[in-house]
Parts: sequence; structure tokens; C-alpha cells
Amino acid sequence: MSFKINKYFYGDIPEEKAGSSNYETKPDVANWPLWEVFIRSKQGLDHKHAGSLHAADATMAIENARDVYTRRQEGISIWVVESKQIHASNPDEAESFFDPAEDKVYRHPTFYNLPDAVKHM
Amino acid sequence: MNYVLFMADTNLILAQRNAEWCGHGPVLEQDIAITNITLDLLGQARNFYQYAASLINQSARQPIEATEDSLANLRTEREFKNLLLCELPNGDWAQSILKLFFFSAYTQLLYTQLQHSKYDRIAAIAQKSLKETNYLLRWSSEWVIRLGDGTEESNQRIKNALTYLWPFTGEMFVAADFEDEIDLKGIKDKWQQKIHAVLSEATLAVPDMQMLMQSGGKQGIHTEHLGYILAEMQYLQRTYPGAEW
Repeated sequence: MSFKINKYFYGDIPEEKAGSSNYETKPDVANWPLWEVFIRSKQGLDHKHAGSLHAADATMAIENARDVYTRRQEGISIWVVESKQIHASNPDEAESFFDPAEDKVYRHPTFYNLPDAVKHM
Repeated sequence: MNYVLFMADTNLILAQRNAEWCGHGPVLEQDIAITNITLDLLGQARNFYQYAASLINQSARQPIEATEDSLANLRTEREFKNLLLCELPNGDWAQSILKLFFFSAYTQLLYTQLQHSKYDRIAAIAQKSLKETNYLLRWSSEWVIRLGDGTEESNQRIKNALTYLWPFTGEMFVAADFEDEIDLKGIKDKWQQKIHAVLSEATLAVPDMQMLMQSGGKQGIHTEHLGYILAEMQYLQRTYPGAEW
């Protein structure tokens, strides 16, 4: 049995294998594209990434998400998006992407004196 | 009373059959989906059994107090009133799906009616079950369409399932003497419309509605399959009476 495992960083789905998952164990499962699932836990909050799953189409993906990720009342709304539609930053470039922000503390709004009248900040 | 038991048995036996898929689903996601459905059905069965037990105990002719467990685990094959459709083997995925589709198209209409039952408790159970059934119908309809309008093999498999299961659908609409409160004729018409719509979308031919149909489940006359289900399901309570975990 051919058994191929490629390790990718989270969300880093390779584009040349459009839609397929990054592991192959059974061909019929590999034929179903991978979907990312976002769940809104309650009204007023935003949708949060919950995980991923396989499904043949968007309808099935939403139903699968309902069965896999909202069994314990985790949500009131579901979004799904095919994983191949998500473009991710390259982990190899993480240093040049994110490290420059490290020494720029002045970007945090912590240098203002808040008047006493302002509450809940 | 008999009607409540009929609903309880029907849901329980189908849940037991469905549960056989647990750990064997074609893909992980569908394994979880069908197990969720099983739990919905089992929950509905429990509600009906609890109600049946309270009715039996009220009648006070019973020397031993009835419970939901005793009704499920200590009755014999001839006492079970479930639909024959529910006890049929799972076969392949197509057969199991089609069974759930026929069943949920029927229970959806049934619960819609029972919501207005003159018995408050039945109305309440129906109201709760209807939400679950709506989802089951949606889920199974989409699968029937997907399989029928899918590959050559999936189409052949659902056709086989259709041939096998169809003669068992008629029983749903033949009223037993305990079903006098239900408008089965109205349900039958709407059921046929629904089946027709989904099967057409699935590119499947609708079988003959006038065909000679199997019956007997409501009267306790079952296929050979029910005995095996009960043997497996009731084994523990019969071997170790009152066992708990």
C-alpha cells in the first residue's frame, strides 16, 4: 500500500494538488476535497476556525461540519471553505514577515493616559 | 398505548440497526453523521417508552412495574410492533440510506400531524422529534440524489436497494387498529409526492405504488431478521437481569 505523508504547517495546503489532503491512505477519500470549518459560537461573536474535514461538495461539508463540530452545542452558524481556496503565508519567510514588529512597541495604544471618566477600556 | 409502543419499537429497532454502522461508516464524517442520527432515533424511542411505561403502570393490572428498559429489553419478538422496514438488514450504504429516506419522509409527515395530537405528551414528543426528523430527511434525501445521480456503481447500488426495500414501504400506510387517530391517507399522498420528487432528481424510476406490499410488523408478525436483532440487543439484560453500568 502506498502511504505518503507530507508535513505542512497549519493552513499551508499545496496548490499543485488542488483540493486534496496532504495525506493519502485511501484513494476514494483522497478524491473528496478538504474543507476548513468555521463556527460561530453565539450571536455577536465572529466565526472561529474549528478544524477541517472531507466532503464531496459544500452542502455535504456543512452537514458534516454540523455532525462533527457542533454535536455539543458549539455553534449557531457554520461557514465552510475549500482548503485550496485559502492562501497562506510561507513559514520560511516568517522571520522577515513577523519579526520586524517585535521592537515597535509604540504601535500598541498603551502610551495614552486614560481619563478616569472612561470606563471599560 | 399500543400506538406509543409501535412508535417506540419502530424507532428503537431502526436505531439498533443504524448503530451497526458505528465504526464502519464509509468515511469518518459519515460515520459520525449516522451515529448522531442513531442517537436521535434512540432518544425518540426512549421518550415513547417512558410514556408507554407510565401508561402501563397507571392501568395497575401489571404485577411488575414497567420501565423504559423492561419494555425494550424484556419483550419478545411477537410483542414488538415495529415496521418491517426498520428491521431489514443494513446491506450496503445505499440500502441503509434509502431505508432512512423512506422512513424519515414518513415520520416527518407523521410528527407534523402528531404535534396536534389530543394527547399532550405525544404532541410534545412529536414537536421535539420533528426537528431531528427534518434534518434526517434533508440528509438522506441528499444522499439518495447523490447516489442515484452519481457514478454507474452508486446508481446500480441504489437501484438494487430500491428493488429490495420498496415492497416494505406499503406497511407504513396500512392502518392497524391502534392507528385510528392518524390520517394515513393524507400522509400517504404527501409521502408519494416527496418520494417522487427526490427519486426523479436522483434519475431513478419510481416503482409501482400499487405493488403488493409486505405487512405484519404492527401486529407482531416479523421477518426472520428481528429475532437476531433482539437476541443481540437483549442478551445482556436477559443474562444478567438488572445489570447497570
